[in-house]
Amino acid sequence: MTNVIELDQLSVTFGKRPILKSLDGALSGRAIGLLGPNGAGKTTLIHTLLGFHPPTSGTARIFGQDITHDAKQVRSSVGYMPENDSFVAKMSCVHFVRLMAELSGIPSDHALERAHQALFYVGLGEARYRPIDSYSLGMKQLAKLAQAIVHGPKLIILDEPTNGLDPPTRSRMISMIRKIRDGGRARILLSSHLLRDVEECCDEILVLKDGNLVANCNLEEERKANRKFIELETRGGDRAAFAEAITRMGCECALSGERRLKLIMQETVEISDLYRLALEHGIQIRRLNFKRDSLEDIFLKAMENGHAPSVGRVNNGGL
Amino acid sequence: MAVYENLYGAYEGELHSPLSRFLVIPRYALREVFKSKFFTSFFILCFIYPLIASILVYLHHNANALAMLQINVRELLPINASFFRTFVEVQGYFAFILTILVAPPLISRDLSNNALPLYLCRPLSRLEYVLGKMAVIVFLLSLITWVPGLLLFFFQVSLTSLTWFWSNVWIIQSIFLSSMLWITLLSLLALAVSAVVKWRVVASGALLGIFFVPSAFGEIVNNLFLTRAGHLISLWATVNNIWLGLFGLFKRQTGSVRGTVTNPIYEKQFFDIALLEPPLWASWLVVAIVCAVCVLVLTRRVRAYEVIR
Repeated sequence: MTNVIELDQLSVTFGKRPILKSLDGALSGRAIGLLGPNGAGKTTLIHTLLGFHPPTSGTARIFGQDITHDAKQVRSSVGYMPENDSFVAKMSCVHFVRLMAELSGIPSDHALERAHQALFYVGLGEARYRPIDSYSLGMKQLAKLAQAIVHGPKLIILDEPTNGLDPPTRSRMISMIRKIRDGGRARILLSSHLLRDVEECCDEILVLKDGNLVANCNLEEERKANRKFIELETRGGDRAAFAEAITRMGCECALSGERRLKLIMQETVEISDLYRLALEHGIQIRRLNFKRDSLEDIFLKAMENGHAPSVGRVNNGGL
Repeated sequence: MAVYENLYGAYEGELHSPLSRFLVIPRYALREVFKSKFFTSFFILCFIYPLIASILVYLHHNANALAMLQINVRELLPINASFFRTFVEVQGYFAFILTILVAPPLISRDLSNNALPLYLCRPLSRLEYVLGKMAVIVFLLSLITWVPGLLLFFFQVSLTSLTWFWSNVWIIQSIFLSSMLWITLLSLLALAVSAVVKWRVVASGALLGIFFVPSAFGEIVNNLFLTRAGHLISLWATVNNIWLGLFGLFKRQTGSVRGTVTNPIYEKQFFDIALLEPPLWASWLVVAIVCAVCVLVLTRRVRAYEVIR
C-alpha cells in the first residue's frame, strides 16, 4: 500500500517552545486516526501538513510530495475540515461550497455542479440555499465536510469532525466518513480525542504525546492478531490431556488456574477443532473468549509508556 | 430538482490556471458588493464628474454650443495638465469614499468567521489571497479614476489636433501613475485596517481617522511653527504634492507669512518667511513607508491561524 503520509524527523517550534519533536514514520492506512491528549500536537501536525506552520527541521510528504517544496500540489490533493466554526459569511451554503471548489481550481460551472453534489452527499441538499450564518452547529459541521470533499481530494483531513454533534448527527457523520473510506477513492486522516470515533472509522492510529509520536498501530492487524489469542473456561475431563492434544495440533497452550486454558491458535486450526477435541477428552467448554485489546487499552499503554515503543510498529524512528 | 448520485467521487476534469485562481476572490466579492443598492447608487454617482468634465471638453471644441449657451471660451477651464490633475483629485475623493464603503469587511469578515484556514488549505498562497482582496478595490477604483481619466484625455485628443496630443502625451502617464499611487495606498491601508479590526464600523472609522487626524495635526503644526513640514504627516497633503509633481505643477514655495520682531530700540521690524512644501522625495518616502507598514501588518495578520509564542 502506498504511503499517505511520511514524517521525516519533523519538528515544529513556536518561539522557543517545541511542539512537535522529530516525528518520524510512514502512514499508509485507508483511514488514519490521530490521537492524543489535549496539547499533544495533533492540530499542529495537521496545520504543518497543510503548510500553515513551517517545519523547524525535517519535513513530511503527502503522497510523496514534500509539504514545503510542493505545498501547492499537496494542498490540491487535500481537503481539510477545520475544528472550529469556519465559513465565509453572507453567502448561501451552495455558493460557499462553490467558491471553495473554484479556489481549488475547478471551473465555475463544474464547481456549481460539484457543490450541489457535495451538499446532497452530506445531507444538506434541502438547506443548500440558506445563508450559512443561519445554520445550526451540526449543519455547519456538515457544510465544512462538504467544502472539504467538493474538489474530490485524495486525502481528507478531518479535525474533530464530531465536535458538538448530537448522537444522531454524530452517527451520520461517522457513517459518512466510513462510506468515504470504504469507497477507496480518498484516504482519511481523522484527528479526535474521542476514541470511539477513531475506533469506528480508522484502520491505523497514530498517538501523540507532548509532541512525541508514542504509538503507531495498524488496528486491522491488531484485530486480526487478537483473534489468535483464545481463553477457554472448561469443566470436567482431563485438562492436561486436552492441552497436550491442542499442542499436538500446533497451537501453543497453557493451563491457567483450575478451569482455564490460554492458547494461541494456528491459522490452520479452526474453533470447531477445539470443540471436537473437547468432546474426545470429555471436556465441557463453558466459555470461549477472544482476547481483544481495545483502542482504549492501546491508547492508555501508549500514554503510560511515554516515548518508549509500546504498541505495534512504534515510534520516533522506528516505524 | 436534479437527483444526484449519492457517492463520493474525485474530480477528473480540467482545472483552471493556477495563475488566475486568485481572481475567483474578487469575482465573488464584487457580486456581493453590487447587491447593495446604496453602493450601486454611489458607484453611479462617481461618474458624474467625468460626465461634467467631458461636457466641458466638448464645449471647448463646439463653437455653436458655446454660442447657444452664450459662453465665451475663455470663461471655461483650459484643457491642460491642471484640468486633468483636478480630475484626478476629484475622483480621488470619490475613490476614498468608495474604499470606505467596500474595503473594511474584506479581510475582517474572514478573520471573524475563521475563514482563512479554508482559503489557505487550498492551492492559494497568502500573497494570492491578499492580491485577490486587493483586486476588488483596485478594480472598482480603477473604473472611477484612471479609466475615465484616460477616456477623457482621448476624447480631448479626438476633438483637437495631433499637435496638442504630442505636446501633452506625457499626461497619460501622469493620470495613470497618480491614480495608481492613490489606489495602491488606499487599498493597502484599507486591507491592513481590515486585517486588524474585526468590526466593520470601527474599521471604517479607523480608515477615516488615519486620513483626517494626522491631517488636522499637520495643519496645527504648520500654523504653530509657520512651516509646511506638517504636510508630511498628512496623507492628503503628501499625495497631493506627489500628484502636483507628476503633473509638473509642483512648487516648493506655496506662500509666505510676514513676521515682526521688536528690536532693542523698540522698533518693529518686518520680515517674510517663505512657506516651503516638503521636497517631493520626502513625500514619496512617506508614501513608501506607509505602504511598507501596511504590507508588514498584512504579513503578520493574514495567517491561517495565529500562533501564540
